[in-house]
Amino acid sequence: MRHELTPSQTVGPYFGIAMTPEEASLLVPEGTPGSMSLTGTVLDGEGEPVPEGMIEIWQADRAGAYPSAPVGEGEGFTGFGRCHTDDDGKYRFLTVKPGLVPAPGGGVQAPHINMAIFGGGLLKPLRTRVYFSDETEANAADTVLTTVGPERRHLIIARVEGDTATLDIRLQGDDETPFFEA
Amino acid sequence: MPGSSPSGDPVGYRRDNLEIDPPYLVPEFKSSRLRAPRQPLISLRHTLSEVTGPVFGHKSVAGHENNLTTQHDGAPIGQRIVLSGRVLDGDGRQVPNTLIEMWQANAAGRYIHKWDRYDAPVDPNFSGVGRCLTDDQGRYEFVTIKPGPYPFANHHNAWRPAHIHLSVFGPAFVTRLVTQMYFPGDPLLGQDPVFNSVPGARARERLICRFDLEATIPDWANAYRFDLVLRGRDTTPTER
Repeated sequence: MRHELTPSQTVGPYFGIAMTPEEASLLVPEGTPGSMSLTGTVLDGEGEPVPEGMIEIWQADRAGAYPSAPVGEGEGFTGFGRCHTDDDGKYRFLTVKPGLVPAPGGGVQAPHINMAIFGGGLLKPLRTRVYFSDETEANAADTVLTTVGPERRHLIIARVEGDTATLDIRLQGDDETPFFEA
Repeated sequence: MPGSSPSGDPVGYRRDNLEIDPPYLVPEFKSSRLRAPRQPLISLRHTLSEVTGPVFGHKSVAGHENNLTTQHDGAPIGQRIVLSGRVLDGDGRQVPNTLIEMWQANAAGRYIHKWDRYDAPVDPNFSGVGRCLTDDQGRYEFVTIKPGPYPFANHHNAWRPAHIHLSVFGPAFVTRLVTQMYFPGDPLLGQDPVFNSVPGARARERLICRFDLEATIPDWANAYRFDLVLRGRDTTPTER
């Protein structure tokens, strides 16, 4: 028998008392060789920063495998991170760049990080994916990225410079981030 | 591999959440106006990235984290309640070993947060934060204090009904759910734009817990029951 789902409600402004231990944004310890910062600013429809937002990421490891190490137990890469945007709307994760992930039908997906954005005013999470600017060839062949119109695709491709990948999230308005119905 | 179709491709999750969840833009809920996207969402066929999700183990959550009445030297002020229920999927299957996080105001309607300026007392014996993992049958339990309502800056004299925030993961990144649980008979429900953002009357009812006489603890605590139902899989996975 089908059970009817529990509806989503906003996390509201006060989730920070519970949901964002600082270390949750560090998927690998500071100073890990080959680590990558994923950072950016969350902006609203007037271009104002969104403080007290919560971003969660889920990603494969360097080899492209989704981890099964339990979160919070120090037993290796868990693939999960959570970050609280600061007073300037900024977020930052420390992680590793994921590898190519298997695609349905036997191909591969370009390296990407799955992201869910929660916050006051968001009655349900916004879901997107973060791709990388140094993966031109894999990005061009990715069956999810190519469902985004070519004129908007760059809005979910993080700019990779050295060990930092930067992507701003625009919730609304010009250059609105493409969000997925997942 | 569990959750694979005969072709080896991952089996996706049903999209019945689309009919149940609130829309992003609810003009009556002021803070949704500048944060709701205006472009249509792009439909995403589920891949391994969507049907997998973080794993939680019992080592990371201490057994006492589900009791919000014993986190300080003294007892918090307010009505003690036992809140229990199950996490299920849309096919009624229990969801074991999944993390539930909760947070709430104290009995006077005050959060311990830098932004909360409501002139109601902070309770030094109440933090308003709990966590637990569901057991092997998907059951959970918290012991806490019934939260109070509080005013918020949505419209003149707007009040949030008493509620507890609940966050649950489930087996996949797309089964993630954050919601709020309300109490039966609360006269503030009718004027609350967050509760009323859910379009269906029956769906709104599912956000209200029910009094649970059997779970009350004589001479000590009242009890309420609340089940959380997450998205189910598109088709039954092939058994190997």
